[in-house]
Amino acid sequence: MKDLILEHVAKRFGDKTVLRDVNLVFPPDSVNCVMGPSGCGKTTLMRIIAGLAEPDSGTVTGRPEKISFVFQEDRLCEDFSAAANIRLVTGRSVTDGEIEKCLVSLGLDGSAHRPVRELSGGMKRRVAIARALCFRPDLLILDEAFKGLDEERKQLTMERILAEKKGRIIICVTHDPAEAEYMGGKLILLDKPEQRELGGSAERIIT
Amino acid sequence: MAVGIEILLVSPWTVAVRLFHLIFERDFWPTVFFSILRISAGFFLGLLLGTLLAVLSGRSSLMETLLWPYVTGIKSVPVASFIIISLIWLKNSQLAVFISFLMVFPVIYSNVLQGIKSTDPALLEMASLYRVPWKRKLFYIYIPAIRPYLLSASSVSLGMSWKAGIAAEVIGVVRGSIGEKLYDAKIYFLTSDLFAWTVMIVLISVVFEKTILFLLRRIFKRMENR
Repeated sequence: MKDLILEHVAKRFGDKTVLRDVNLVFPPDSVNCVMGPSGCGKTTLMRIIAGLAEPDSGTVTGRPEKISFVFQEDRLCEDFSAAANIRLVTGRSVTDGEIEKCLVSLGLDGSAHRPVRELSGGMKRRVAIARALCFRPDLLILDEAFKGLDEERKQLTMERILAEKKGRIIICVTHDPAEAEYMGGKLILLDKPEQRELGGSAERIIT
Repeated sequence: MAVGIEILLVSPWTVAVRLFHLIFERDFWPTVFFSILRISAGFFLGLLLGTLLAVLSGRSSLMETLLWPYVTGIKSVPVASFIIISLIWLKNSQLAVFISFLMVFPVIYSNVLQGIKSTDPALLEMASLYRVPWKRKLFYIYIPAIRPYLLSASSVSLGMSWKAGIAAEVIGVVRGSIGEKLYDAKIYFLTSDLFAWTVMIVLISVVFEKTILFLLRRIFKRMENR
């Protein structure tokens, strides 16, 4: 697997510049946390990395074939079971046993065959994460994926994700410094142009 | 004018008695099944083709544009015009099939297409990111989205297919059909027969609607539980 490289990426929505000259390198086997204030372009950057949005200028090279994206919303098929939602993206490439094991590892014992609409918000979140993991991606993007999880579940989920980091690029968007610290790896700070203060050893990008 | 014969309006009791007698007549059930077979064939044809073409139109705007004048035409042209044209084109026995198809098709097509268009774009984006094949997308995303539209369209068009199908049989005087019985009742002033057959039509239509909707719901339920 090659490095995922962003060069001079810029994006505007109307008059508003959301991303300006972003240059980043994501090597394989890396964990990267992206932090920054609301509206600084974190989700837009993730969408560009995943190929869901096109930058106005700049290039993204080395984008892997298999990408999993845990969106801010769960994006689950509510009428189907958790297992069926995972099956939707994996097809027959994973066994029922593997799906069950993944759900159990995220604390979703006995939820595999329950319709998603009957699950709580936190459980739905973990089903979305299980779907992303079972897809066995080369690039895993987590956009505020732990939002709504209690501390215990959050830690369990982060542990599970970190156990899968080998051979993958993991990019985690978060507002919570504790989450970023737990996930470890490189910290990327996206800032609005008016905010200039640097913190820690983070890679800082003024958008 | 005959005295004591109920021509303008018959009492419910007379209708009930006449219906009871009709049920035991030799040609009653063959007549009922003749109409059920043809009208339901028209309904299923409309359901199948309406859904299929709506799915194709949902995938291709060219297809939607090409079908638009036909669907609009079918919706706007009076059913009597279609019946008379069909009398020239088709065999008498095929009339109810074609007319009930014409009633069902545009309703199913328009509703299913609306359902496809209202599919959650966030789910579709997720599916495209995970490169979900079209067949799986149809099963997991599109079918649940079109389900309420399809059920409501089926409920509306089932009644319409019976009304129009029987009207076609009356105008075409289709031999061996319920429509023919209504025509005879009109010719011979058999008002009690007219009401008895009308009650029978309503009963069949209600049973037909409930059965079809029950089956459709069962199919959707089984899909979810797969």
